Amino acid sequence: MAKTDTQGSAALDKRGLTDDQLRAMFRNMLQQRQLDNRGFQLNRQGKVPFALGSEGHEAIQAGAAMAFERGKDILAPYYRDLGLSLGVGLTPYEILLSLFARAADHNGGRQFPNHYSSKKAGVMSFSSILAAHIPHAVGAAHAIKMRKEAGRAVLVTCGDGTTSEGEWHESMNFASIHKLPIVMLVENNEWAISTPLHLQMGQPEIWKRAEGYGMPGRRFNGFDPIETYANVKEALDRARSGGGPTLLEGTCYRFLAHSTDDNDMTYRTREEVVEHRKDDPVPRFERVIIDNGLMTIAEVDAMKKEILKETNEATDRAEAMPYPEAADLYKHVYEGAWQPWQ
Amino acid sequence: MAVMNNVEAVRATLYDAMKADDRTLILGEDVGARGNVFLISKDFINEFGPDRVIDTPIAEASIVGIAVGMAMEGLRPIAEIQFADFIYPAFNQIVGEAAKTRYRSNGEYTCPLVIRTPYGGGVRGALSHSVSIEALFYHVPGLKIVAPSFPADVKGLLNSAIDDPDPVLFLEHKKTYRLIKGEVPEGHYTIPLGKADVKKTGTQLTVVSYGLYVHWALDAAAQLESEGHSVEVIDLRSIRPMDKTTILESVRKTRKLLIIHEDNKFGGIGAEISAMVAEEALFDLDAPIRRLCAPDVPAMGYAEPLEHEYMSSPALMADAMREMVKF
Repeated sequence: MAKTDTQGSAALDKRGLTDDQLRAMFRNMLQQRQLDNRGFQLNRQGKVPFALGSEGHEAIQAGAAMAFERGKDILAPYYRDLGLSLGVGLTPYEILLSLFARAADHNGGRQFPNHYSSKKAGVMSFSSILAAHIPHAVGAAHAIKMRKEAGRAVLVTCGDGTTSEGEWHESMNFASIHKLPIVMLVENNEWAISTPLHLQMGQPEIWKRAEGYGMPGRRFNGFDPIETYANVKEALDRARSGGGPTLLEGTCYRFLAHSTDDNDMTYRTREEVVEHRKDDPVPRFERVIIDNGLMTIAEVDAMKKEILKETNEATDRAEAMPYPEAADLYKHVYEGAWQPWQ
Repeated sequence: MAVMNNVEAVRATLYDAMKADDRTLILGEDVGARGNVFLISKDFINEFGPDRVIDTPIAEASIVGIAVGMAMEGLRPIAEIQFADFIYPAFNQIVGEAAKTRYRSNGEYTCPLVIRTPYGGGVRGALSHSVSIEALFYHVPGLKIVAPSFPADVKGLLNSAIDDPDPVLFLEHKKTYRLIKGEVPEGHYTIPLGKADVKKTGTQLTVVSYGLYVHWALDAAAQLESEGHSVEVIDLRSIRPMDKTTILESVRKTRKLLIIHEDNKFGGIGAEISAMVAEEALFDLDAPIRRLCAPDVPAMGYAEPLEHEYMSSPALMADAMREMVKF
């Protein structure tokens, strides 16, 4: 699709966002990039066994998170949602606890990094099994509808790869039948680990499937946080006011390999990655921020330094925290103490 | 006390649960307008409405998956899989998701979910309306599995399953649905999960079973009684957790153990019971442990001789009991 760009035009169309919100989205994007790098650095230093990056997803996640209402909405994310998790209220320290698999992590160091959840923040727990969380989000949306909790909605996200799963389809269908308050956001980064879009689907525009389900569908440039915000906000508002579900497809790109255990040069070319890097949403939005007078270059530099300092402090603090104890392996199998034999 | 069959016991218990707690809801195929294929939830939709009695599309993975999400967000869903044979598409949602929700979130999220499903054969249900599924799931920590066979137990255990803070697979043997009648106490009561029940006391042999075969084992034990032998029959009722105490007490008394189940033998429930008794009470035994189970074939066939060959019978059970008491 043609890339719509909010950059360089005479007057920036803020789509209802305040200057503070625009700066907050930018900060979120910088923080994502910094924390992403930190994960890979710690892995290369041998300090964490695994890390997984969201580079290329910064804009879509900063924009979507800005449309999320804290304390009201429910987020059902997937494992490439670092920025969304930060944007709805998780802290860099919580992100690093997950990376270091410390006891104080929300899931007690049980899950891979990037499987962020927090009941307090309204972020549902999920596994690594793709699309398994989509019906969970639909169930949560039904709970909202059944309890007649006006003004609440569920935002559920996934990558393009997940849209091949049967449970993705089943969930779309159920949400549409019952006009549930839910927004399905697909972060299309073009790759399912090593499998490109044309081997994932015969018709490459995911948003078009919405018509088949009987719900609105939209596609937008997920490298643009303002575009993303506007689309997700519109869809969430519709969901919150009883208008039913929406399928959104934000186009982006996965700049890094799937994870620290993957070598993407075995299945795609450096030239392809370099070509997409020209549209890197982080420097791109930095230009928007500076060109539109929202921040000076000096202020941006200061923000970057502040984020690096914050990340360093969070890293040191999380690293110093204890691992779970061996005895923790036996906790939370069921409520209370437990033996299979009674 | 009212006399009910197992269908009526399930229905009455579900009705009371729906009345008592408006977080409770039922979802599954044909549970609404049709009132379930066995009429268990007949007319519920008229009283509780379509938000709480949900006719789902034919999509078992999301029936369970959506129920998991409801449970995580504070509802008390009772999901129905129309026949246990149809549960395979939901395997990941049960094993990978429901059973691990509490564990993977370190207790932050829980999954108080009941999955009810009719299972078992002897009803000319052919390959795909006759299976036993318990062995596929009893390996999984995080799940509880219940398989009652008497109406009073159905009520007490279903109440416990609905109250339980963790996911429970509730197995209803479909041949017992209308065949088995019994007195059911009035009012709300629970029977703890993980507690077996000695349905007949005896001194020469312990028989452990569950489901339809408990009734057949009782028939066989009565036959043995008339021949002058004393057989104890234990109804497991719960498969996970399992009642070690009752089994071991009985085995230490009778010194012989026969396990009978409709599911096939290899890797079945009987294997775990045998191993446990061998570990804990081998030197209390006067005979090798024996398992009377289905043959190692994928399923019972539709044709009468194929079903008959797969299923056991009170006569075959009596033969096995006779050999054991005489050993």
